Amino acid sequence: MSSALIVLGYIFFSLGILVNIFGCVGLVRMPDVYNRLQAATKCVTLGTCSVLLGTALVAQTGSIVWKAIICALFILLTSPTGAHAIAKGSYLSGIPLWGKVTDAYGPALEARGILRGTLSSRVGTCPAPDETEGEEAEPCEPRS
Amino acid sequence: MMGPTAFGIYFTVLLLGCLLCLYRLARGPTAPDRTVAVDILGTVIVNFCAMMALSTGKDYYLVIAIAWALLSFIGSIALAKHLEGRSFDE
Repeated sequence: MSSALIVLGYIFFSLGILVNIFGCVGLVRMPDVYNRLQAATKCVTLGTCSVLLGTALVAQTGSIVWKAIICALFILLTSPTGAHAIAKGSYLSGIPLWGKVTDAYGPALEARGILRGTLSSRVGTCPAPDETEGEEAEPCEPRS
Repeated sequence: MMGPTAFGIYFTVLLLGCLLCLYRLARGPTAPDRTVAVDILGTVIVNFCAMMALSTGKDYYLVIAIAWALLSFIGSIALAKHLEGRSFDE
């Protein structure tokens, strides 16, 4: 029973670290700040929770178990909140969306009078990611 | 139970993840890219703390992990409000 739990803990630990490295690769490879944000945040949050759960399963006794569970709960609460705030801040700071997608957030903000200036219809104005990989590339302009 | 080789592999993989985050932090074209990279780097370092707690059996590494997650969250919220163009007490 005990050694089976230890093996299960190491399986969770290895799986979490593997998912973490996938999230970091997504942070480098994705074309847009929103794509990078969602890929990296989802993978790294649940990967870290899996790593902490594996730590608690391997240790089994002592204060490591409770501290790992508290840390996993805390990360599960705070990391999506921080990602949501960063996404809202990057949209309001004028970063355009990549590709042909539907943007319902900008017109809703304009209807409520929050969005100032001409930031509407900013969809599909960003060039392909290979062209923006230059040294200190400027953020592409919103379509007026 | 598992030898030091397994923890060496875990350490190498997590270090590679940190280097990818630092690449995006140095290369990212806009300021929100760098903010995302800082946020993800803070969560990856929590994995380092968990791995150290597991390999040494000491529990204070997890205290470091909890404190690091809290400070990373506060830093992300502050940077997001700065990106929005508001001050921190608004």
